[in-house]
Amino acid sequence: MIDLIIPAIISCILAFSVVYFTTPPLIKILVKKNYTVKDMNKKQDVMVARPGGISIILAIIVSEIILYSFFQLNEIIAIIITTTAAFAIGYVDDRKVMGGWFKPVTLAVAALPIIFLGTYDSNLAFPLFGDVQIPLLYLGLIIFMIPITGNTINSIDVLNGVASGFMVIASFTLSICLFILGNYEIAIVSLPLGFVSLAFYKYHKIPSKIFPGDSGALAFGAMYGTIAIVGSVEIIAAIALLPAVINSFLFLSSVKRVVEHRQIKGKPVEHTDDFKLKATTDKKAPVTLVRLILAGGPLTEKQVGFVIFKLGIFSGMLAIITAFMMGVSL
Amino acid sequence: MKFGLYGFLFAMWSLIIIGGGMMVILLGPFSIQQYGDFHWIIASGIKVSIALILVVIWILILSKLKNYIFKKELKF
Repeated sequence: MIDLIIPAIISCILAFSVVYFTTPPLIKILVKKNYTVKDMNKKQDVMVARPGGISIILAIIVSEIILYSFFQLNEIIAIIITTTAAFAIGYVDDRKVMGGWFKPVTLAVAALPIIFLGTYDSNLAFPLFGDVQIPLLYLGLIIFMIPITGNTINSIDVLNGVASGFMVIASFTLSICLFILGNYEIAIVSLPLGFVSLAFYKYHKIPSKIFPGDSGALAFGAMYGTIAIVGSVEIIAAIALLPAVINSFLFLSSVKRVVEHRQIKGKPVEHTDDFKLKATTDKKAPVTLVRLILAGGPLTEKQVGFVIFKLGIFSGMLAIITAFMMGVSL
Repeated sequence: MKFGLYGFLFAMWSLIIIGGGMMVILLGPFSIQQYGDFHWIIASGIKVSIALILVVIWILILSKLKNYIFKKELKF
């Protein structure tokens, strides 16, 4: 057991420390280079550094390389390659305005190392009912899963601290579920994601000093999706991510096509005079999770964030119940 | 409103559990033997079709549930 505890502690400390100590100088460099964007939910013209994905990917690579030196698992290589590719894709989108097709297609390509390294099990496990073997279908699932998790996390990155805070809840939930299922090595490999998210939340929480950008959000989502596949916890991972899945589902079912947020004409949310967030009555605007939360009345940005976190904790509890149900067979 | 969102989350979770069970029951024992070396490709193709149909049904049920749970809020 000590063989597992030491790498776990070292990688978690590294994951947290790298983000904690590299983000402040990164903010200074980004501000100096004028790599900033306006925070749309602030009354004053507040400019925020972007992208914070650079410190996120650095921490993920360092902590996972340390884990590889202990475990030599192909799963860790798959996580490093896919997550780095997702970061690069997001970084391109942070710098240049790309079409709506760019992220889904390139993220699907980023998922290929998982297949080439053979770090998956084509048996899809369901609670209560057992496994189903779907060799061909599972390859399709891998190709779809990384774009879905990447874009799902990216789509909730709309308010200060929400993407990183939600990622803290979802990734620690996934780690707990992997421990419950006895998949200890992948559980330890998954822990850095939670610690990276936690350290980044310190600078991303309201009022944000830095935004993760597409590079950070896609890196978070792609790493989460890869852990779900290599740990054979795809269903549990989807359940822990349900509030973000609802957001994507509501958006797609109201817009009825895959489209970038900037291409949407109507505004789902506007500001009151005291700069609280308020749902609009614009019929052309997409339905989103934030808009639904605000349907009951205006709330501050911080209050909306906490509602999303509570939903994340609720779905995390459902995911943990599901993990326990995996051991039960009807 | 907030209760509606929690209800929708719970409904999605229940649908995943039930849908997963249906996948295991329908796809698990499915196999074709009489087409030589190609039997696994044909079987996989049929499994993919069944899975896609289940996903479409899942999305349709979810859309109906969404309209039912949020009928007041969705009058934007």
